Amino acid sequence: MESIYSLQQFMAFTKSVIYGLVVLTLIAMPAFWYFLTERDDD
Amino acid sequence: MSEMVHPEDNKRFSRFNIVAGAIVVMGLILTVLRFTKGLGPVSNLSDYNPWGIWIGFDLLVGVALAAGGYVTSAAVYLFGMKRYHAAVRPAILTGFLGYALVVLALHYDVGRPWRLPYPFIVQPGTTSLLFEVGACVALYLTVLFIEFSPAPMEWLGLKKARAIVVKLTILLTIFGVVLSTLHQSSLGALFLIAPSKLHPLWYSSYLPVYFFITSVIAGLSMVIFESTLSHQYFAHKMDAEHLAEKDTLPLGFGKAAAFVLAGYFMIKVVGIAADNNWHYLATGYGAWFLVELLGFVALPAFLYAVGVREKNVRLIRWTAGLTVLGVVVNRFNVSMVAFNYHLPAADRYFPSWMEIGISVFIVTIGIIAYRFIVTRMPILYAHPDYDAH
Amino acid sequence: MSISRRKFLGWMSAAGTGALLPKHLGAATTVDFSGYPDSMGVLHDIVRCIGCRRCEAACNAVNELPAPAEPFDDLKVLERKRRSSAGVYTVVNRYGAPPTADSAPLSGASPAYVKKQCNHCLEPACASACFVKAFTKTPEGAVIYDAKVCVGCRYCMIACPFEIPAYEYDNPLTPEVTKCTMCHPRIVEGLLPGCVEACPTEALIYGKREDLLAMARRRIGKHPDQYVEHIYGEREMGGTNWLYLAGEPFENLGLRTDLGTTSAPKLTSGALGAVPIVVGLWPVLLTGVYAMNKRKEKLAAEAQAAAVAAAESAAAQTLTEAKEKAAADQKAALEKLKGEHEKAVAEAVEKAVSDALAEAAAKADSPADAADGDGDATPDGETGAAPDVKPTSDEEDA
Repeated sequence: MESIYSLQQFMAFTKSVIYGLVVLTLIAMPAFWYFLTERDDD
Repeated sequence: MSEMVHPEDNKRFSRFNIVAGAIVVMGLILTVLRFTKGLGPVSNLSDYNPWGIWIGFDLLVGVALAAGGYVTSAAVYLFGMKRYHAAVRPAILTGFLGYALVVLALHYDVGRPWRLPYPFIVQPGTTSLLFEVGACVALYLTVLFIEFSPAPMEWLGLKKARAIVVKLTILLTIFGVVLSTLHQSSLGALFLIAPSKLHPLWYSSYLPVYFFITSVIAGLSMVIFESTLSHQYFAHKMDAEHLAEKDTLPLGFGKAAAFVLAGYFMIKVVGIAADNNWHYLATGYGAWFLVELLGFVALPAFLYAVGVREKNVRLIRWTAGLTVLGVVVNRFNVSMVAFNYHLPAADRYFPSWMEIGISVFIVTIGIIAYRFIVTRMPILYAHPDYDAH
Repeated sequence: MSISRRKFLGWMSAAGTGALLPKHLGAATTVDFSGYPDSMGVLHDIVRCIGCRRCEAACNAVNELPAPAEPFDDLKVLERKRRSSAGVYTVVNRYGAPPTADSAPLSGASPAYVKKQCNHCLEPACASACFVKAFTKTPEGAVIYDAKVCVGCRYCMIACPFEIPAYEYDNPLTPEVTKCTMCHPRIVEGLLPGCVEACPTEALIYGKREDLLAMARRRIGKHPDQYVEHIYGEREMGGTNWLYLAGEPFENLGLRTDLGTTSAPKLTSGALGAVPIVVGLWPVLLTGVYAMNKRKEKLAAEAQAAAVAAAESAAAQTLTEAKEKAAADQKAALEKLKGEHEKAVAEAVEKAVSDALAEAAAKADSPADAADGDGDATPDGETGAAPDVKPTSDEEDA
């Protein structure tokens, strides 16, 4: 990663990572909910 | 339920066909003009006013008024208001059509529409709120399409596919609310970057919250508004559950809208206090701001409340119209009326007739598509082969 | 019709979470950035500008822009306020009355000429706003635009506080945003920006931003009577690489002084920061509300089922009892009837037997009366037969 000199660069980098995490969240949350409730008897 | 067209509708719809046909012809001519001559000759857009009604109306108002889909499905599937179940399908349909038309309208507005996927496939500009809006609108359009798909599947008899989609209802509803929260608020947040151009009474760090809350208000009111029109024009298509909702739905949704409007009124006042903008209320823009706040927020909240208390469904229906108009006024104010308030009158924007023509054309396409679908697919009635899920 | 308390609380907390998030996150960025070190800029000393428009001509030439409607030596265009537009990267505007032959020397109201172009922000709003990263802040200081990815949404034009980017509205297929590049291609070749090179009065000075700031401070310090104590661009919108010195307040010269010092990325960081929080927490909240309602419905359904079952069993019990009682009653009635019947039969038989005996006795007394006795037997038989018939029909009905 090249060094960062501006808030714009910093945000471009961090937001890219965060959007990746957001996509991960959208996939992981339903999966975890399924794992959590799979053995519920209703 | 039958495919028969009522004789009186025949007459009404033939008149409808003439008007709609004329608008479509005009729209197609303007479309050719737009894509052969460019934005300049058909619009009054300028270097000072890069966004006109294609953004202010087609995008901002279109997305806000299409909020009925997520509001209704959340109320019924997540918040347990099962008695409004019959309202979900029409709301999802109008939401889906609304978003599809927003995307269509963007093809007219942006300079190179075939590059619209670029933010996602070529070079994502993640610091832009427009990236967030684009990503969410694209995803939510997909979600709405899937949420809507059981209707055409029932129409076409695709039982297995329908069963899979129906199983996903709760997941899709939660996705829909998350994505709607994000892009409805981000449409307001688009203007956060331009504090020097938007009048202080409308500019606020709360803009994203205002846009989100007004989308809930718009969604609730649009469902009432649309059900009014549907009961007038498509009553013969409705089953008993839909017909029974004629009065209960406005009462329930009107009550919710009244209270959300009251909360919105409070946070709008807090917005003035937070930036100490009281003195602007004495100016011309202040008067217009008060018209919006009192006439299109406080008044509908009060009228809804009276309508709910007195079980006056007629009053609630009219108030829904007023509230929808209020959301239009708000979006116009933020994107056009109070935007570039500092510029001399000569540099301000007013739409050309051709811009209005394209917007009318797009709305007309929506009405034609809605009519096509509700007269064929099980939207206003439950398909006899499937029980309501 | 009423919304239950739980639902109400659900809605309210849902709305509340949405409302509070951006505010919490607004202050999240704790890192400070001072921009590229040694980035270059231009100092525009408005006091020295004579409004000759040679910078405009040079800009047009070095950037190979289309020829303007009015030639660059036509100073009449200064009569109106202009801005950058498609193919016009820079304009010079005049503020104040034009100099005339008789007023110029003594009036002290000589006009000011202000050159307008991209200010090359340290934190460019256009770059922050662009959803395809078409704008780049170069280490040399210029903000440059890449038409190859531009979609043409024009959000950069909305975002720019200086109203610089322009659009080729008349180009139907390949419209581009146009704006000053600080002659970035020339800078990397070691040349001066076209406008700076052409300026005859050194009203434009190219150099390191830091050096230019120092120079500007020196000029203000040396000539406090000629300059206002404000270097425009030092802090505006987070600072710009193009800097201005002027002899009168900048708001009189078409340069807005109400822009604030907050950079564009900071203005949007709060709203952007809310995005992942909404994605992370909305599903938690909504699933919670859903699960609560589902459980409530399940309990309600169970309670309803239990109530129905209880009612049914109670009803069934009542029914059985009623049936049993009915059967018992019937049995009793039948037995009673049967008893009556038997009694009646016995009585009838007894009577018949006694009658027969009496008849037989009478016959024995007189054989002639025996034939009459047959005829007389009918009325006797009626009374004797009546109890015999009734119980039979009763039995069939039951």
